[in-house]
Amino acid sequence: MKKVALIVVILCGAILIHATSEFPKWGEINSPASLHVSPYYIKYSVEQTDVPNIVTSVLADYRGFDTMFETTVIFCAGLACFLLLRIFNDKEEETESIFYRHIPSGIIIEFKNHEVDIRDEDFELIDSKFVPYDLIIKTVCRILIPFIQIFALYVVAHGDFSPGGGFQGGVILGASIILLAISFNLKTAIEKISEKTLGVLSAIGVFIYAGIGCLCLILKGHFLDYGKLAKILPIDPVKARAIGMLGVEIGVAITVMAVMIIIYINIASQGKHQEGL
Amino acid sequence: MYWILDLMILTLVIVCAIGAITIKDLLGTAILFGAYSFMMCLLWAIMGAVDVAFTEASVGAGVSTVFFVAAIFRTTRRTRD
Repeated sequence: MKKVALIVVILCGAILIHATSEFPKWGEINSPASLHVSPYYIKYSVEQTDVPNIVTSVLADYRGFDTMFETTVIFCAGLACFLLLRIFNDKEEETESIFYRHIPSGIIIEFKNHEVDIRDEDFELIDSKFVPYDLIIKTVCRILIPFIQIFALYVVAHGDFSPGGGFQGGVILGASIILLAISFNLKTAIEKISEKTLGVLSAIGVFIYAGIGCLCLILKGHFLDYGKLAKILPIDPVKARAIGMLGVEIGVAITVMAVMIIIYINIASQGKHQEGL
Repeated sequence: MYWILDLMILTLVIVCAIGAITIKDLLGTAILFGAYSFMMCLLWAIMGAVDVAFTEASVGAGVSTVFFVAAIFRTTRRTRD
């Protein structure tokens, strides 16, 4: 059976590789994309959309509707992960013991009784599959995380001029919180940004995107026709377009960030939100 | 000069891909998959698609590797086949 599968895979690969020989060469001037698609955007995108970056003008303006539903797809992915993995009854937890570490001495204390709750500066709650206390990792991550977040905000805010934008910035922002959850523990991350906040944020992002689109409809423009925002903002239409696109990017970034953290927390803690990686 | 770099990275992409499907250790597979994504990111950057490269670097090499590692942490580290 394995040999048959191998033969089928090799045949499919051969057909695919053979098919690529029909493709125009990379950077070919006479290929259909270079003849019809690219010249149009290069010629008209600045005068039609007033965006300095052609990629952004395609993503947020010509294909703005498409990007909106991409954001919705990501929101649905987070929702599906939550619905599939999240467990609310923690009856199994009662039999498990919990561990506290005395930070100055490094001694670990095990409690069989589940009711124990120590709120002391010297003690910290640790996972049952605990890792050794590592000062270097924690300190480095503590220094690094703010810089990662500032870089993410730069990627989001500067997305309409340079490579980047809502998706990448949101992923980097989410990754910074995931780094916090990995370097400290899951509870620290959930204390900083709770599950409820994450759920609300992931919905707010899509709402901001669709809201800006509907605002343009109310102002007698087309859906996501950012120029019409100039009617309510004290700026000219060119600036209004830039502001509208920034708003859309921020919406995308918020959704992507929240969904990345939701997926990570649910996978790493098996939906219990108690202890993770 | 470009084609030497291209050839090196493409070879590494293929090595990573074959390694990822043959290795028995799933954690190793996850790391190889991250390396594969990073090589693809370099390829996109060489071809001038910087936006795609950026997305590949952040999503493919960054967050999805973390998701795989988290999933392996909660399941098993070794495959049967």
